[in-house]
Amino acid sequence: MTRFLALLVRNRLAAAGGIILFCVLVLTLITPFLPLQDPDVTATANRFLRPFSPGHLLGTDHLGRDLLSRLLWGTRLSLAVGIAAAVLAAVIGSAIGITAGYFGGRTDNIIMRLVDMLMAFPYILLALAIVAALGPGLMNALIAVAAVNIPFFARNIRGITVGLAGQEFVDAARLGGLGHTRIILTELLPNVIPVIVIAMSTTVGWMILETAGLSFLGLGSQPPQADLGSMLGEARSALITSPHTSVIPGLMIFIIVMSINLLGDGVRDALDPRLRSGALSRPRAATLVERQGEIPAASDDLLAIQELETQFHVGQRTYRAVNQVSLSVRPGECLGVIGESGSGKSVTALSVMGLVASPPGVITGGAVRFRGDDLVGMPYEQLRQKRGDRVAYIFQDPLSTLHPLYRTGDQLAEAIRSHHRIDKAQARARAIDLFKAVRIPNAESRIDNYPHEMSGGMRQRVGIAMALANEPDVIIADEPTTALDVTVQAQILTLLDELRRERGLAIIFITHDFGVVGQLCDRVAVMYAGRIIEEGPTGAVLAAPAHPYTKRLIACVPELGEGRRKLAAIPGLPPAVDRLPAGCAFAERCDKAQEACRTGDISLSGTAPRTVRCLFPEEAMP
Amino acid sequence: MGAYILKRLVSAVPVLLGITVIVFLIMAMIPGDPATAILGSYATPENVEKLNRDLGLDAPLVQRYFIWLGNVIVGDFGRSYSLNRPVLDEILERFSATLILAGVSFVLCAVLGILAGVVSAARQYGLADKAITFAVLIGISVPSFFLGMMMILLFAVNLRWLPVSGMYAIYGGGDLPDLLRHLIMPASALSVVATGVVARLSRSAMLEVLRQDYIRTARAKGVPERRVIMGHALRAAMVSIIPVLGIQAGFVLSGAVYIEMVFQWPGIGRMLVDAILKRDILLVQGGVVFVAACYVLFNIMVDVAQSLLDPRIKT
Repeated sequence: MTRFLALLVRNRLAAAGGIILFCVLVLTLITPFLPLQDPDVTATANRFLRPFSPGHLLGTDHLGRDLLSRLLWGTRLSLAVGIAAAVLAAVIGSAIGITAGYFGGRTDNIIMRLVDMLMAFPYILLALAIVAALGPGLMNALIAVAAVNIPFFARNIRGITVGLAGQEFVDAARLGGLGHTRIILTELLPNVIPVIVIAMSTTVGWMILETAGLSFLGLGSQPPQADLGSMLGEARSALITSPHTSVIPGLMIFIIVMSINLLGDGVRDALDPRLRSGALSRPRAATLVERQGEIPAASDDLLAIQELETQFHVGQRTYRAVNQVSLSVRPGECLGVIGESGSGKSVTALSVMGLVASPPGVITGGAVRFRGDDLVGMPYEQLRQKRGDRVAYIFQDPLSTLHPLYRTGDQLAEAIRSHHRIDKAQARARAIDLFKAVRIPNAESRIDNYPHEMSGGMRQRVGIAMALANEPDVIIADEPTTALDVTVQAQILTLLDELRRERGLAIIFITHDFGVVGQLCDRVAVMYAGRIIEEGPTGAVLAAPAHPYTKRLIACVPELGEGRRKLAAIPGLPPAVDRLPAGCAFAERCDKAQEACRTGDISLSGTAPRTVRCLFPEEAMP
Repeated sequence: MGAYILKRLVSAVPVLLGITVIVFLIMAMIPGDPATAILGSYATPENVEKLNRDLGLDAPLVQRYFIWLGNVIVGDFGRSYSLNRPVLDEILERFSATLILAGVSFVLCAVLGILAGVVSAARQYGLADKAITFAVLIGISVPSFFLGMMMILLFAVNLRWLPVSGMYAIYGGGDLPDLLRHLIMPASALSVVATGVVARLSRSAMLEVLRQDYIRTARAKGVPERRVIMGHALRAAMVSIIPVLGIQAGFVLSGAVYIEMVFQWPGIGRMLVDAILKRDILLVQGGVVFVAACYVLFNIMVDVAQSLLDPRIKT
């Protein structure tokens, strides 16, 4: 609760809204004790006095009544009616919602049908019908506004209750022999009340506005009694000659509603955990680059990742997702990057083309060179022209990585047309060719399918076809087969291997599966907690892993025909990359770890292509 | 698609029937009898009874409902006693005026709201975002009827750019430019709140969508950022924006009642308020049912638009 209040206060706008609202509330509460003139005493001789007239600070209205007094009394009435309507709507609506949600079945069905029906009205029609039936009057306007808002509460609260009613503590209460009423009052209600309060805080402004509106139309408070709406309504006929009589009550409504809205937004933001973590920020077109230190010199590799550092800055914390990683590929070569989830392998892959979401991602050091050009420091437009054209990606889970609302063929054609000026018919023909190249049957009709109309394997083929669209030099495949079943996985891997041999593609293959690496990759790099801990030709690493982590990772792979063998899972979890220990990050989980492993920086030893970051390797390095 | 529209139309029938029941029941709650209201309190009991019989008010409630419903289905909403003309004629005439006002406001709120939301999201925390967020906050807090009055003061009275009120000039008007000149202020005053709501929602829908994997895919393909935002992201965000547009149409229609009062627009909202104050029950009943039915049909159109946009919806 204190945390919540602190968040609310930190939100300056919400605090301002709260203060204004508080002042207005206090003012209306003490109105009867203030030395004000009687709001209803008419003095036609003093009609339409301007503000700051002697004796009438805000002037007088068309009957010579003191506007300041009427304003304060009117505000008092408007607030009281609006809040009463909100409470009434909340109580009745929540009662209906809880009943529907708790009992479910037919009760729920009938109630919700009725609620839907009421929501099929534009709200004012219902309010007008009710006022028409009950007759104009402030009380009737209050009832109408409350009634109109009941369905809103009923629907919201029902949704929450349905979720709660299925949970264990409700079942337990039921088995414990509690009656329905007891369960609703003691088990459900306390959990629902915060939601009710939030819903009220967001709607009370509306309700004040709506009752003011009805009064403005002459259907709410009747003379001589006046709320802000009817003051405005009465002043309308004198709008042109004496605008102040309209402006004063109008501004008051505006101030009240605005302060309630500000406060309500603040409350919602403070309660929404997604906003708190900053997750709702939009990733920029390219990852933010804030490099410190020297930029490594160009090498003659096709693609070289050089001492790359990518971090996530969340609040005060810094997560070192990629820490001094260097990798490279030559044409026609396939490099595997392997590691557990969270080891930084995907972030490394995404950093290449500036696709790490930022905020919170920041590239803080190193370089990525494609044919010697530094992609990290490159202006956005140049980088965009290389994306998908020279370096292309294949992502995991093609259901979420393909756009759900575009036809797959169009998505493919777009990849081509982003880099080449060709017309639609040509792009379509090219898309069909690509579908055929990745062995999609019935390519001519398949290109008109939406992603959801395809199987997982077919979607991944579309993903691969899209990566091939502009005949790139490098493909970065980020766990492209993880979401697929084994037979499809084998087909996809074979396809990638063929394409690589036919077209001389360089592939960086990100995976957590040594089986896949063995099938496809020439070389493999093992990542742990954001660093490369071992690298070498695939055969050498698989046959004689040097880092204890690699060795145990390989031991985790079950093999067919090996009979019953104890699968050695690695105990513990990788360290959080915002609190990396000194020395070797794996030391905590390593049974060979010694004191020296926990101090100082351990560098890669051995000579390329075979290196390891370990003081006590399993195998001697050449 | 045709079958889907038909299915939606059929499913609207119970909703429409429900609306007639609700409205009829609310109207039946009226204390005292309409005949007294029509004839005045000095009417003789014989006259009251005769009028009740003529109006069919002596029959039981259920029977009265079905008689009224049967008439409504064939387009007979009864006769307004205060205007002494068929209710339907009056409704059609007034509703067309409301439709012009609310329709233009709705288009304004949809276009401006979405545009503001997109710009705001694309420049999150930038100057444009802050300016739009602030404007939206003001927009959704100002009562439309107050805003309308202030616009009259500024643009009609002080600057004399636009006519104060009405739909056409009394002398020599009546053409399209005249209508547009009269429409500018009420339509913009009416659209302000809805624009704010749509902008807010569009912003958060865009922010939500921009974090999705398929946006990263589009960027990885090298799609220009402009197309990523206006194509990929907006298209996906529309899936959550369109239902809100349907709801906002209801709010625009509701707000039209106030705006019609402020600008003396001869629409159905003003007709309803007048009818309530004169206790012209048949006119109120007919007007409410008619507008509610139009709104239900409009929402079916919204659903159809949604299914055209999102191929995943089973039609």
